Amino acid sequence: MQLLAAVRKDVLLQWRLRSRSLAVFVFGATVLLLFSFAVGPNAGALRQHATGFLWLAVLLSSTLTLADTFQSEMEQRALEGLLLLPASSAALYYAKALVNWLQLSIFGLSLLPFMVMLYDVPLPRVPALVGIILLGAAGLSAPGTLYAALTAQAKGRHTLLPLLLFPLVVPVLLGSVRASALLIDGDPMEQVTSWATLLASFDLIYWSLCGLLFERVVED
Amino acid sequence: MRGPLPFILIGLATLCLAFGSYYGLFVAPPERYMGDVQRIMYIHVPTAWAAMLAFVWASVCAVMFLLRGTWLWDARLEAAIEVGVVLGLTLCLQGAIWARPTWGVWWDWDPRLTTTAVLLVAFAGIIILRQVVDDPAKRATWSSVATVIAAVDVPIVYFSVTWWNSLHQIQSTPDTVATAFHLPLRMNAVGVLLLMVGLMIARTRHAQLRLQRELADPVPNQIPTATIAAGGTE
Repeated sequence: MQLLAAVRKDVLLQWRLRSRSLAVFVFGATVLLLFSFAVGPNAGALRQHATGFLWLAVLLSSTLTLADTFQSEMEQRALEGLLLLPASSAALYYAKALVNWLQLSIFGLSLLPFMVMLYDVPLPRVPALVGIILLGAAGLSAPGTLYAALTAQAKGRHTLLPLLLFPLVVPVLLGSVRASALLIDGDPMEQVTSWATLLASFDLIYWSLCGLLFERVVED
Repeated sequence: MRGPLPFILIGLATLCLAFGSYYGLFVAPPERYMGDVQRIMYIHVPTAWAAMLAFVWASVCAVMFLLRGTWLWDARLEAAIEVGVVLGLTLCLQGAIWARPTWGVWWDWDPRLTTTAVLLVAFAGIIILRQVVDDPAKRATWSSVATVIAAVDVPIVYFSVTWWNSLHQIQSTPDTVATAFHLPLRMNAVGVLLLMVGLMIARTRHAQLRLQRELADPVPNQIPTATIAAGGTE
């Protein structure tokens, strides 16, 4: 119940700030466009690295949404008010993490058509790819939300968050990029399952660990 | 919080390193395939051991701080992270110097190398986090949380990079190298270890002194802050 109420609050908050999500999406699409200029008009090279570009675009723009996760809670010390409620702080964390997950997943999925269009990539196994995007987004949102809670209370959150988050999510980036590339280019060795398992284990570990540690980050 | 211990340790370390390096550079025979280039192993491998130890110790300090909440563990964590990052950087530099003539490249995306680099960046981020947070209590808790999260990540990074790409030598230990190489390797290992411990003790004291100043009340009061910084409860 606590979790549901918290999720409802965060979804409502995000919905009211939807213009910001749109801005982040446009940023992601721009990043995808810029990668084409960095690699040059060589269609083969672009197609080969398409999934890498997609996930880098998701990662780069995720810091923008993640850094602002606790922005509304910082105003007028709303976070302290929330913590005074007879609700567990874990519910607060999981609500934020779930909403971030939802947001990042929608974000990754909506960048897919751009990737297909810009880099001329075939999409033979769409449901599996959606699954990988969900797993990858979960891996970004769990530690991302925790670090967002931490950096929101510090100076320079827009620099500090990627600094802490990027080294941590190397396995997520690797797993998501390799799995998506295998889904697109064909997977003769059936390696996708192992990468998906790696992503799922990362998600499991960090969704539990960050939920435990969140209380220590927001306590006064 | 005073005492000559770190100086004694660093002095002993210098002796060990001087002897080990002299022996490794001039006395021990050159390796059959790599020749003299291999002699960097006498310092590279001990640095790797010490760096690993420093990061393990940092995670221990972080967990202890989260459980106990005493300032001493925070000071130790600060020392462990900084010494670990310095050792890790040295390790990467030595590795690059060795890899260029041996593998033909400065850098390679092998699991151990990549994991070290990721670990280094992660802990450098924690040092920066410690720099920007002014409140000592928040700084201590947050850096402990970040250290625990980074420590848990290390095996996952290693595992994922192994799948992604693999060319490093198998680890050099006294078991995998010839007997003639043992003495300088062991000497330097003891030397780097003593150096690490000495530096950490000195750095812990420095962190404690800073904590003392930060925790002190603007007006003189009855609470002896030196005891708090030395490990007493808040």
